[in-house]
Amino acid sequence: MSDTKSARPACRSMLYMPGNNPSMLQHVVAFGADSVLLDLEDAVSEREKDAARCLVRHFVKDVDFGKIIVTVRVNGADTPYFERDLKEIIPSRPAAVRVPKCHSPEDVTLADRLISEIERANDIPLGSVKIHAMIETAHGIEHAYDIAVSSPRLEALTLGGQDLTADLGVQKTRGGVEFLYARGRIVMAAKAAGLAAFDTVWTDLNDMEGLKNEATLAVQIGFTGKAAIHPSQVDIIHEAYRPDRKELRRAFRIVYAAEAAEREGKGVIAVDGRMVDGPIVTRAFNLINLARLYGIEKEDDLA
Amino acid sequence: MIIKKAQAGSLESSDCLVTVEPADAYSMSYSGQNEAIFKRRTERLALEIATRLSVCAHISIQDQGALDVTLRARIETALERAAGDEGVRA
Repeated sequence: MSDTKSARPACRSMLYMPGNNPSMLQHVVAFGADSVLLDLEDAVSEREKDAARCLVRHFVKDVDFGKIIVTVRVNGADTPYFERDLKEIIPSRPAAVRVPKCHSPEDVTLADRLISEIERANDIPLGSVKIHAMIETAHGIEHAYDIAVSSPRLEALTLGGQDLTADLGVQKTRGGVEFLYARGRIVMAAKAAGLAAFDTVWTDLNDMEGLKNEATLAVQIGFTGKAAIHPSQVDIIHEAYRPDRKELRRAFRIVYAAEAAEREGKGVIAVDGRMVDGPIVTRAFNLINLARLYGIEKEDDLA
Repeated sequence: MIIKKAQAGSLESSDCLVTVEPADAYSMSYSGQNEAIFKRRTERLALEIATRLSVCAHISIQDQGALDVTLRARIETALERAAGDEGVRA
């Protein structure tokens, strides 16, 4: 079977790690997350911003994180740390920086411009370090699509739930009814712009059932991944993304048929007596890529 | 230039506490549970950073089992903090 056809590696979980905590940072690989978010923002006190920035810079530059996608959450543009964070972190080349508090496209274009300057100054190919725009205000939600198309450097939109509850003046509920619109809006904007969409964190570490329900909701709505604030949350998020066996069997049949059609020079394929078009084939490839993360390489592994 | 005493890091496991003080000549002291194994590595590392940044200071390190990468970061942060507004290289 031909290899990956989707542009982006699966990133089901993004595990937040406090940026000033070496014992957590050095165990990142053991936690099993697809991606880590080394945090310079909320997890770091004002007086340790410089120390966290330096520690994260060294870890990103010098430590081998294997297949884990390494991202850094910088402080917002409304803080005195934003530019310094970018200046020191970009040269160590994380996969992406998560920019908090994106209220409007200008927040992204500002970050884009600064990152471009830093890439140029350090002989890094332009566009190497991606941006994940964190949307956590009502204004940001209402401008989600404009934000999503504001820069070619953008790779994902992410929902910042904790700040959003404050901005909306609502309580976080177990079922998440307060975020239904925000979640839908972010997923729709991200997908329309061809970006990934990451859901917010589940904060109650004692309520794993609540996390499971919320992760399932995130998958159903269309989020491509969900952030975690503790290593114990990673497996539950991954379980929510496990492909359905029946759906996966069909995906294998679609991919086999698509490959056969390509070999034979046919443009149109049918599977189980139904016509299958391009987007369905792409989705089947994506599903099979996802299944690899669960140790399923071929149809026989489903037995 | 090092103009004041400053610290970086902590005494948490896998971290280290680095203290930098102004001095006329470079010197360094180390304490940690595995002194026999890590003292020379740490001395080498601190000297390398101090030389690269051309600083003259006394550096004291209380090691709680920090990786090289952590030691480097903590030493650099302590030196930056001890240097004042002008920066280490000023």
